[in-house]
Amino acid sequence: MRVTRRICSYSRAGLSNTTAKPVASYVSTQSPRPYSTNPPKARLNIPTDFSTTALLAHRPQTALQNNELPAEVRNGTTQQMNLFQSINDALSLALASDDSVLLFGEDVAFGGVFRCSMNLAEKYGAERVFNTPLSEQGIIGFAVGAAAEGAKAVAEIQFADYVYPAFDQLVNEAAKFRYKDGKAGRDVGGLTVRMPCGGVGHGALYHSQSPESLFTHIPGLRVIMPRSPIQAKGLLLSAIASKDPCIFMEPKALYRAAVEQVPTAAYTLPLSKAEILKDGFDLTIVSYGHPLFTCSSAIEKAEKEFGISIELIDLRTVYPWDKECVLKSVRKTGRCLVVHESMVNAGIGAEVAASIQEDKETFLRLEAPVGRIAGWSVHMGLLYERFNIPDVARVYDTIKRTLEY
Amino acid sequence: MKIPFPRQLFRPGPSLTFHSTAASQAQRWSSSLSQKAGSAGVCFPGAVNSKFTNAMTFEQPSTYPAIPTYRCTSPDGDIIDSSVALPSNDVALKMYENMLAVSIMDMIMFDAQRQGRLSFYMTSQGEEGTCVGSASALEDGDVIFSQYREAGVFMQRGFTYEEFMSQLFANGKDNGQGRNMPVHYGSKALNIHTITSPLATQIPQAAGAAYALKMQHRQNPSTRPRVVACYFGEGAASEGDFHAALNIAATRSCPVIFICRNNGYAISTPTLEQYRGDGIASRGIGYGIETIRVDGNDIWAVREVTKRARELALKDGGRPVLIEAMSYRISHHSTSDDSFAYRARVEVEDWKRRDNPITRLRKYLENNNLWSDEKEANARKRLRGEVLKAFGEAEKEKKPPLRAMFEDVYAELTPEIKAQMKELKDMLDRYPEEYDVTEFEGGKESLST
Repeated sequence: MRVTRRICSYSRAGLSNTTAKPVASYVSTQSPRPYSTNPPKARLNIPTDFSTTALLAHRPQTALQNNELPAEVRNGTTQQMNLFQSINDALSLALASDDSVLLFGEDVAFGGVFRCSMNLAEKYGAERVFNTPLSEQGIIGFAVGAAAEGAKAVAEIQFADYVYPAFDQLVNEAAKFRYKDGKAGRDVGGLTVRMPCGGVGHGALYHSQSPESLFTHIPGLRVIMPRSPIQAKGLLLSAIASKDPCIFMEPKALYRAAVEQVPTAAYTLPLSKAEILKDGFDLTIVSYGHPLFTCSSAIEKAEKEFGISIELIDLRTVYPWDKECVLKSVRKTGRCLVVHESMVNAGIGAEVAASIQEDKETFLRLEAPVGRIAGWSVHMGLLYERFNIPDVARVYDTIKRTLEY
Repeated sequence: MKIPFPRQLFRPGPSLTFHSTAASQAQRWSSSLSQKAGSAGVCFPGAVNSKFTNAMTFEQPSTYPAIPTYRCTSPDGDIIDSSVALPSNDVALKMYENMLAVSIMDMIMFDAQRQGRLSFYMTSQGEEGTCVGSASALEDGDVIFSQYREAGVFMQRGFTYEEFMSQLFANGKDNGQGRNMPVHYGSKALNIHTITSPLATQIPQAAGAAYALKMQHRQNPSTRPRVVACYFGEGAASEGDFHAALNIAATRSCPVIFICRNNGYAISTPTLEQYRGDGIASRGIGYGIETIRVDGNDIWAVREVTKRARELALKDGGRPVLIEAMSYRISHHSTSDDSFAYRARVEVEDWKRRDNPITRLRKYLENNNLWSDEKEANARKRLRGEVLKAFGEAEKEKKPPLRAMFEDVYAELTPEIKAQMKELKDMLDRYPEEYDVTEFEGGKESLST
């Protein structure tokens, strides 16, 4: 397990062609994915152009127009950051504002294999930012105990694929802590577990997983996945401040690829609240994390070709999720697709689709079955990732078929 | 060359010695990375004190002497280590009474379970000394994580009969709000974390909690330094959590006392099928943790060892200490277990008669003219009365409000949970014949609002 991780973490070909280079050069350097390249004649399945996508704030004004930000942040400045830099910024602000914040995990002290904790040990001391032995159950058990005694414990699991040894601590301990303590009144709201997740093109079976729905089955945990640097910073600061234990999943393909102007001040964004990224009237697409960029490209093509408008919703927190926002949108559009990277079986899509058909008012408004575009019910084979993760063509095709139904 | 067990530290006799590896740890930290020019050989970063040898020998665990078991009171109740600071007579009597109280409560509750008056119970027979003795050496501010057979710790800390009984009967006064099986006690006021059933999960939590306490003291030196005490059985020490916990506690220098109750059985599995090494104590040394094995039937030894462990745990900014307390589980594992299916009745009777922590302390008290048959009879009668009174009252109490089922999952009720609460209320309204909610405080009405 360890050997594999090392190989992956130091050869991030799918993320960038070198390590730690200046952010600005990423925008122009689109290194081809070694295992997932697009065919020359493709008109749908072409890589996301992160330098132009509407989902990122390329200019300071765009970043500061966000109504969810408090006025003083909107009147402040921005800085260009990629996703790992905005995570780093959030962690730094949390460590600076509260002595009880601790940051730890495997290889965290030197900056983390994805550079999210860079310079934090130097800045905040080796007692607050530190390496742990290689034991996920130990890391999370330690974090639960620290949170139980008042620390804001921010624990890193190096890859979401390796969280399983810690499952007992998360499901039986962290999630039930407040419930079992009852009137004694203790909780582990101070616990935040960060983990990189999702495919990068070459992660194969053990460096590509996106196990959010294993956690969304567990009452007591808040499960969050940001789509962008601005979102990551605000949602991570909310997760750290939250009174409930949070699982914070970071789409690792976006660590370097997603670059935008990020407000420099500290700010939080609401948990368990979805965001409508684009208004529309004929169809609603519900997604979160990395596939939102795929959805955005597919929407662009479909709207142009079919003369329709599509609403795009980012769930942001996948549990407890913002049902009201989704139902309201579907009551308006009458059609809905759910898109996620992880396997379709018992995934987020199942829960969203079930909730839509269960709500009488929304059910009556449906013009077509709710569609799910997600990973197939297989493992992430090395060579097959581009056929497995929802791509623009599959989203486009399902939009088309849903409209034609 | 015998590195893992520093043989020179083993001393025969009753002297209290923690097996230490702290010195080699410090050295390793400062010299692990670079080699001096002209060195005769390399120094591997993973074992910097290891000497090279041209004699190929596999280490034989069987050639190491077993770690000795410290005791300071003979089975006849005589003090055999004069260096031990014994508590005052009042404290000694109170501790005896606490052990007695646990054993009396155990008998009453075991029978009550058999009569179907509560769903489940776990007794502590044979381990009262380990629990009461160690708890008596801790300070009130120290934080405790327990497994499930530590009623003695709760009793010594001041958990009341009412609190025990409220939890056991899952009534409205139960902190746990009727959410958990019996014996899952917890108390914020007493700094004891609420018990959960999964084994060993509390051990890495104890390490993390100890680290939080250490940081709090460091950031606010005017506060009293605190330690964490963590209890678990020898069976739980096979779980990965145990190993993860000791390792992380050692590397992060956490002020935590790990207290293993080695009672010989994990449900039915005897220690011979649980491990092949020298008990749990030998593992502490492997993790670079100061370790001692103690006679769990000797309450003064347990108390003394815990006191010294507490001092060590707070030394030089903090460090973990491991105590392996040896005892014999006289009780069945739980009320769901009949241990005579896997062990001879005579073995149990033998242990019960030959040595047990309550009789040993009684002998000590009698030797010092502090106890008599008459006092024993009176105390037993009084304690039995107190337990039965709390029992009767707790059994009559209403259950918590039904609403408690939905609360405390999140800090605030989520819209989903609110909707589900309403849905259940609606069911109870429309099918009143199908549900009996009379035992719950406020009936179905607590589900409104």
